[in-house]
Amino acid sequence: MSVYPIAVNSLRIVNILEVVRESPTVKTFIFRDRLCGSAAPGQFVMVWIPGVDEVPMSLSGIGSDGVCSISVGLVGEATRAIHKLEKGDCFGVRGPFGRGFSFGRRKVMIVGGGTGLAPLSALTDKIVKIDADVTFLFGAKTRDELLFYNRMGRVPLGEVRVVAATEDGSYGFQGLVTDVAEEMLGKERFDVVYACGPELMMYKVFLLAERHRIPIEVSLERLMRCAIGLCGSCVIGKYRVCKDGPVFSGEQLREVKDELGRFKRDFDGSKISV
Amino acid sequence: MSSRLAVEIAGLKLSNPTMLAAGILGLSGSLLKEIANAGVGAVVTKSVGLKSRSGYSNPTVVQVGCGLLNAVGLPNPGIHQFVKEITEAKTLEVPLIVSVYGFSSEEFAEVSSYAVKAGANALELNVSCPHVEKTGSEIGQDPRLVREVVMEVKRRVEKPVLVKLTPNVDDIIEVAKAAVEGGADAITAINTIRAMAINVETAHPVLANKIGGLSGPAIKPIAVRCVYEICREVNVPVIGCGGIATWRDAVEFMLAGASAVQVGTAIAFRGLEVFKSINRGINLYLKEKGFRSVKDIVGLSHRC
Repeated sequence: MSVYPIAVNSLRIVNILEVVRESPTVKTFIFRDRLCGSAAPGQFVMVWIPGVDEVPMSLSGIGSDGVCSISVGLVGEATRAIHKLEKGDCFGVRGPFGRGFSFGRRKVMIVGGGTGLAPLSALTDKIVKIDADVTFLFGAKTRDELLFYNRMGRVPLGEVRVVAATEDGSYGFQGLVTDVAEEMLGKERFDVVYACGPELMMYKVFLLAERHRIPIEVSLERLMRCAIGLCGSCVIGKYRVCKDGPVFSGEQLREVKDELGRFKRDFDGSKISV
Repeated sequence: MSSRLAVEIAGLKLSNPTMLAAGILGLSGSLLKEIANAGVGAVVTKSVGLKSRSGYSNPTVVQVGCGLLNAVGLPNPGIHQFVKEITEAKTLEVPLIVSVYGFSSEEFAEVSSYAVKAGANALELNVSCPHVEKTGSEIGQDPRLVREVVMEVKRRVEKPVLVKLTPNVDDIIEVAKAAVEGGADAITAINTIRAMAINVETAHPVLANKIGGLSGPAIKPIAVRCVYEICREVNVPVIGCGGIATWRDAVEFMLAGASAVQVGTAIAFRGLEVFKSINRGINLYLKEKGFRSVKDIVGLSHRC
């Protein structure tokens, strides 16, 4: 019996089919890859920029024809290098890895902030097809950073109710997206909450879901190296984010409550604040 | 777990002969606990040194034909931070072996002594990492240095000392003998083999460090040979490591002379369940062949 190799862990070089500017700091890169096309929303890939770095990215678009996308915010050296890439350029990809979101609930709340909106975009594409009643709360510091908001308006998603919140009030509700979620959860009953964004935002949404006893799934981010559950870089409590996550359930989050929203591991394995 | 599987290595009592190999998952107390719960006989931590190291940029782990290639670069928070994780892992029900590296024999000894004070049951000296300069295999390729490092550590700590050897040498027996002369209580063989992968589309070496160490099924026959050769020449237990993914692999290593086996790479492919699965298989093998203890098969192939 041979257990080697892991099919999705093979390194593929893909060409960029198109680059879309989503905001002043976020670009979407569209490429074609058969294995990525079979990903579940919430799964991630490792993106290799030769000579620079290899970093984890959630898929922001997943086409069954293999046309997929990553949406990349400017945060460091690797993402700066990705932003320089143009249509026709290439990068390496391994994956998809990890556990994505689960489906099947009817009345759905999605809470996203910043580039955390990337996997939630792929999730929405999927769940509107299975007839869910979706309320999508978008959060950003300012109007320009409301990712995918327009796209949600464009696609024929009759059932998606979209609400935007900006911290500076330049668009939609002024304040934090978690404030909108709190108010809504107080008035309406939802079957599930999905969240992705800054960790403190997700922690807040987790507490809200706990208070209202609603199932929740959040997509966590940690430093990643191998992406196949070996190196331990992405540890949170007893879990490896690359293997057991990146999407975690409320029950799992309860088990890592002491770490969630507080600290993560640095490159040398030491604890640093989130 | 069957008592048939119990082994004792350098005074360490293991409920079964499987161990977590160094470098895999073992940087946090919480994960070490999770692995201990998965049915392993002992755990070895990721290597820790005197000062913190961030390791190399990614890619650090690359899948190749029949194994993995890695150059992670010994990331660790340094022993002074790491003692917290050792303390957290001290409540494990299995022996905790701390893997130690250093840039000099004094450093090896200093880190070892902090690890033991924090609660390590034993040490495994990493004189075999193939991708960090001035330590690891640069020490492990020189029998004189290996003897010196082991002696210095043994002078400073009372706990069992395992020495993990590199196969990247002309004569591994000579290095094993030097380790034993220095006072090693057991030998672990082998660490990864220096190797490389280049992406043909981009002409780039895939690892950020360009050169790394190969692990997995590709190196198993080399590791079996090393274990076979070493245990003929030294009188301390040998722990087999390199490409073990199934009970058959484990039994093969034990027939070659290994008293226990370490598993690393296979966790990526078979999950943490790999330990229980290997133990179940060894147990059935022993039963079918009529052995009362796993110790009875250690080195059996040498009779042939």
